[in-house]
Amino acid sequence: MNTTIMLFLLQDGITNGAIYALLGLALVLVFAVTRVILIPQGEFVTFGALSYAMLATGQVPGTARLAVAMGVVAFGLDLYAARRSLRIKLVVRSVLLNIVLPVAILALTYALAGPKTPIAVNIALSLLIVAAIGLFLYRIAFQPLAHTSVLVLLIASVGCHLALQGLGLVFFGAEGLRGPALSNAAFTVGPLRFTGQSIAVYGLTIAFIIALWLFFGFTLMGKALRATAVNRLGARLVGIRTTLSGQIAFLLASVIGAISGILIVPITTLYYDTGFLIGLKGFIAAIIGGLVSYPLTAVAALVVGSVEAFSSFYASNFKEVIVFTLILPVLVLRSLAAPAVEEEKD
Amino acid sequence: MTQRLPLIIFAIVMAVIPFIPGIPPFWIVLLDNIGLAALVAMGLVLLTGVGGLTSFGQAAFCGFGAYTTAVLTTAYGVSPWLTLPLSLLVSGIAAVLLGIVTVRLSGHYLPLGTIAWGIGLFYLFSKLEFLGRNDGISGIPPLSIGGFRMLDPGTIYFAIWIAVLLSALLTMNLLDSRTGRAIRALRRGHIAGEAFGVQTPRAKLLVFIYAAVLAGLSGWLYAHFQRAANPTPFGAHAGIEYLFIAVVGGAGYVWGAVLGAGIVVILKEILQSYLPYIFGGQSQLETIVFGILLVVLLQLAPTGVWPWLMSKLPLKPARKIPDTSLEPPGRVRAPSTPAALLQVDKARKQFGGVIAVNDVSFDVGAHEIVALIGPNGAGKSTTFNLITGVLTSTSGAISVLGNKVDNAPPQEVVKLGVSRTFQHVKLVPDMTVLENVAIGAHLRGHAGAISSMFRLDRADEARLLAEAARQIERVGLGDQIDQLAGSLSLGQQRIVEIARALCVDPLLLLLDEPAAGLRHMEKQRLAALLRQLRDGGMSVLLVEHDMGFVMDLADRIVVLDFGTKIAEGTPAAIKTNPDVIKAYLGATA
Repeated sequence: MNTTIMLFLLQDGITNGAIYALLGLALVLVFAVTRVILIPQGEFVTFGALSYAMLATGQVPGTARLAVAMGVVAFGLDLYAARRSLRIKLVVRSVLLNIVLPVAILALTYALAGPKTPIAVNIALSLLIVAAIGLFLYRIAFQPLAHTSVLVLLIASVGCHLALQGLGLVFFGAEGLRGPALSNAAFTVGPLRFTGQSIAVYGLTIAFIIALWLFFGFTLMGKALRATAVNRLGARLVGIRTTLSGQIAFLLASVIGAISGILIVPITTLYYDTGFLIGLKGFIAAIIGGLVSYPLTAVAALVVGSVEAFSSFYASNFKEVIVFTLILPVLVLRSLAAPAVEEEKD
Repeated sequence: MTQRLPLIIFAIVMAVIPFIPGIPPFWIVLLDNIGLAALVAMGLVLLTGVGGLTSFGQAAFCGFGAYTTAVLTTAYGVSPWLTLPLSLLVSGIAAVLLGIVTVRLSGHYLPLGTIAWGIGLFYLFSKLEFLGRNDGISGIPPLSIGGFRMLDPGTIYFAIWIAVLLSALLTMNLLDSRTGRAIRALRRGHIAGEAFGVQTPRAKLLVFIYAAVLAGLSGWLYAHFQRAANPTPFGAHAGIEYLFIAVVGGAGYVWGAVLGAGIVVILKEILQSYLPYIFGGQSQLETIVFGILLVVLLQLAPTGVWPWLMSKLPLKPARKIPDTSLEPPGRVRAPSTPAALLQVDKARKQFGGVIAVNDVSFDVGAHEIVALIGPNGAGKSTTFNLITGVLTSTSGAISVLGNKVDNAPPQEVVKLGVSRTFQHVKLVPDMTVLENVAIGAHLRGHAGAISSMFRLDRADEARLLAEAARQIERVGLGDQIDQLAGSLSLGQQRIVEIARALCVDPLLLLLDEPAAGLRHMEKQRLAALLRQLRDGGMSVLLVEHDMGFVMDLADRIVVLDFGTKIAEGTPAAIKTNPDVIKAYLGATA
């Protein structure tokens, strides 16, 4: 094997792997807090990426309007849920969060969008839009199901994925889009060329891993989120607002998804349905990490990225087959080590 | 026969439909698609709704069935009827290989694992040269009987719906049997079933294979219906859709699969044909509406449409009263009464740094009621779990009738004639009292899955149900025999557990807090029953907090405190033992 080729493949694998790691982290986070296996994570990626790419051409993406529409539905659900004890404070809060916030984002997008808008502003707008969508998605689809089994949540999650992916086609069309790079800086070390983009990918991944680790390990809110994951009822009894925990988890996940999308859209062309496969590779990493461990998930994501890079070079036809069957040996190991604990279901 | 009547009516209706004059041929195509989807969904009902194992990968098993026949008929000219068993076999073998890997996984790993291999197999289908890559295989011969070739949707309709009806019949037969009860108990966790000899991993693998074979059958029919096979209908989205069908219809019900398939296939058709008119040519709109409907449906009716429909109908299921005059099923072991039934010798269980059971020794002889008492956290339930094989001891020896059992699995311990109840009731709430109790007799029946499907198990089954009914009568719950276990009071559920344990025909009965939740009269009846059992030759080891009950009933008492045995003796001696008083009431008492 040629060392230069190997280094290239490894670099490619690590760059992809870092993205998978980000997504894997978000999936672990959402699962740990809400027990939702977040299939629509891939749509957060495409929504973030394609919104950014559209903003770069000076257009207002349809996702901004979707956020408003979802906000209105969320507001309706809030009112319906609180219909027996409507208090002014509650309504005002709900209006601010569900109506004023997305409308403000939409207005801001219309005001700022243009062919000359700086990249940083476009990024900020895309993140805001997707964050709002993530927040409302939890309120609309998952909060009413919060007490149900993992299976019901999973199927609901699949439903959200289908709906959002279909909306993605409506907003962005069947043509793929590419966004402008975050920076054009580049330098070479030996045979390898590092772009500003790939450095940003590495840096952000590491930053997120550390930040999540600090957040969950050392802050009260992080611990509250973990408590919600273990036992919703228990968490509520000690005064944790489990709804808030779920909202925070979805907010973080959607922001992480959008960032991943913005990071990759300058490197590869994204289509409205690309997110699903990218998200699933994040899943593989998350499963290998046991859906609990952030560092293990990150390492596993790098492995997934590298395996993908090498198999696309040596057996490009079977790239996806190899990546997705990577999960089987891991599952075998997990099943051998599976403790004989009783689970109470239903 | 009354059970069969709806099935026969349904079959006649389905048989008549194609002959209705003027029926649009397109409707027949839809019905063909409904039948194909219903077959896969029926497997999922058994796997997910009944067995509690979620699979997103069923579409891949359809692919195995379809591609097997596609390759064999086109490349090797094999007759389609010969490829049917081969298609089922290939799906089944694939299920065994994937099942060994996945079914032992608990909770969410299973669905995730199935998504992953579902996608992996989809890409494999679309990349392999001999499967025609993305284009697939076309020119598959139609099914034919003699000179009659099933070329159009109206003729293969019969093949498809005969397959659906037969599968529904076999599936319902399977569920209503010894193996079926073991499968239905899976969803509630493995400990209860295993305590009565159910081999849980084997039962899980069985439903996994069964679901895969049904999917393979659907794939085989699909290949000869379309006369072509390409990877798209076997991808991840199809797998998701099948699960959706099962959930919409009612994941726990065989007919829910057929109903769900009808709803989803027709709904998709309507969405695809009418949405573009309403919203103008946008494609994919049906996916959006489909996804939203899925979420809305889960929020409104998480159990599906079929149970909702059934609750609207005035039909009540026929009472199943077994004939108790039948011979009892065979005993599990040869009758013998040695001096010591159970010997616990320095049994020890450590959980990390915690010593839950600290070198405890005691034994239980024949015709004896021994009580194990002690404050909360004394290690009583852990001792039970060590004896019954739920936990393995860290050190020490436990033997039943001279056989060492300290590392034996629960299924082996019960074979020696040790049966138990649980501190936290472990019944299947949506099964009747009779069915729950019959799980206790699992080891005393022999009928397997295949013979149950073809109703060859009826003599064996009748004996098991008769035995269960006798034990229910014995514990005094005869009036509740066909109620759902979940509808009984907690105290009655404990009694049901005792009846289930008695179905083992045990030498030694282990009861974990049997009197908790019982009223005074019920306790007296329970005490009388236990005395009667002892006089009949059984021994009882019980954990109980009600001191009046224990002191009245027990021949001997063993007292544990913080995992250590602090006293043993007759009730009178224990009442005055200073260590026991100290443990219960504190040092100053």
